[in-house]
Amino acid sequence: MIEVKDLHKQYGDIVALDKISLSVGKGELFGLIGPDGAGKTSLMRILMSLLLPNGGKATMSGLDVVADYKKIRLITGYMPGRFSLYPDLTVEENLKFFATVFGTTIEENYYLIKDIYQQIEPFKTRRAGKLSGGMKQKLALSCALIHKPEILILDEPTTGVDAVSRKEFWEMLKRLNNMGITILVSTPYMDEASLCDRIALIQQGSLMSVATPKEMTGSFPEDLWAVRTRKIYDTSKFLEKLPSVISVNSFGQVLHLVTQKGRHTSGSVQKFLSDQGELEISVTPMEATIEDVFILLMNHHNHRQ
Amino acid sequence: MITSEPVITVKNMVKKFGNFVANDNLNFEVYKGEIFGFIGANGAGKTTAIRILCGLSTPTSGVMKVAGYDIYRQTEKIKQNIGYMSQKFSLYEDLTIYENIRFYGGIYGMNMAERKARTAEMLERLELTEYENRKIGDLPLGWKQKLAFSIAILHNPKIVFLDEPTGGVDPITRRQFWNLIYEAVEKGITVFVTTHYMDEAEYCDRVSIMADGKIVALDTPQKLKEQYNASNMDEVFLKIAR
Repeated sequence: MIEVKDLHKQYGDIVALDKISLSVGKGELFGLIGPDGAGKTSLMRILMSLLLPNGGKATMSGLDVVADYKKIRLITGYMPGRFSLYPDLTVEENLKFFATVFGTTIEENYYLIKDIYQQIEPFKTRRAGKLSGGMKQKLALSCALIHKPEILILDEPTTGVDAVSRKEFWEMLKRLNNMGITILVSTPYMDEASLCDRIALIQQGSLMSVATPKEMTGSFPEDLWAVRTRKIYDTSKFLEKLPSVISVNSFGQVLHLVTQKGRHTSGSVQKFLSDQGELEISVTPMEATIEDVFILLMNHHNHRQ
Repeated sequence: MITSEPVITVKNMVKKFGNFVANDNLNFEVYKGEIFGFIGANGAGKTTAIRILCGLSTPTSGVMKVAGYDIYRQTEKIKQNIGYMSQKFSLYEDLTIYENIRFYGGIYGMNMAERKARTAEMLERLELTEYENRKIGDLPLGWKQKLAFSIAILHNPKIVFLDEPTGGVDPITRRQFWNLIYEAVEKGITVFVTTHYMDEAEYCDRVSIMADGKIVALDTPQKLKEQYNASNMDEVFLKIAR
């Protein structure tokens, strides 16, 4: 549904996208995971025909993003990272505007947005600029959907949104996806990755890895241990000196220790720590999270440079 | 290094905007040397409360003291004794790193010698010495956030308020940022922080959770997890806010 080949984008000397290739299948919920400045927005803007690439090629539903830009806009819905509806129009006026621009009516595709729009319908005479963050987000999604797009592109829809609203938003996305809409969504929150069919980890304009979340966490190439301690800071300092250590990072109250494959057992880590006088500690092997994968790949990436 | 000496005291804080109650009778204390997490859903009233505590907005009623000063009559004193890093990036993009530091140092009334010493120390700590003449606008987000934090504590304030300091930052930089927070605490600075990352809530000494303008829970992460029978703060938050 979305095909990207050697796509390149540069702003002056800064390389935003470094010849990336990617393929998103019909009906997929595909996540682009990476921090600010990784190149997520540049990629999405090129796909939406809002930005010209410096090289490479991209197609959406077989249409070229440069040559066929007019057609592309009819089959895609886009929710940019920054709120970009008309603040002086009411909720209903905004929705009507988008429906009219695309030659349709609110009634025609109401079934698509019903779940989402109903939550803001009580405020339909309020100006969009006066809505709360969560309501703006729901209105923006409704406007992006009102012409029944084949592909929906969402640029960081959950940034700055609290944990509960984030969960609700993902439930909405899943429902839309089940109705057959292909979705490309970006997020800086690693924990949202597991909700996607497939994900790409993006950093400094390059795709570090593309796979299903399960494949990605299941093929963690090193050993990973959960270390529980009362003294997070002291223990992490000791662990940095452990032979064959790759990294030590805190995840809440648990330390995630990465060591080279096959070099340690929980017993040997425990012994190393008790030799340092750290006694009340538990070391257990654990399965990687997406954030562990991201950190490991990021370290590799930084070392190569 | 948490003490029992309160640096922030809030009694019956109420803030109304017309009929809307943004802060509904808040009561809490923050102790010197503490990392105090201020968590809540969007629109729960966090930013309103922070703006009041920073002396940027006047409460409707209640008794509040920050760094020993009264929130109604001594807001200028408060401003001299706190640091504030807002959600929105607030350094000057067109000025260089060095110029930004000089500017803020000037605002905080630091003299030339003090400013020079602190600037050198800070740039060395952030490993930015060779970049001091780079414009802020050209820096990656992670660097900007670390720099904004360091500038917020340039004048060695008693308390620093951080409003979602790590939003959108990569996972490694996010952890480096927390190391900076710990270093500030070591220097005796009290940290008041909001975040949407629930793993970061675990790094706080105590966490307050707001919903609909009220504080609905306030304790150490450990106690909250026990109380709500949850394995991490994400679960605690979902149980409370849903």
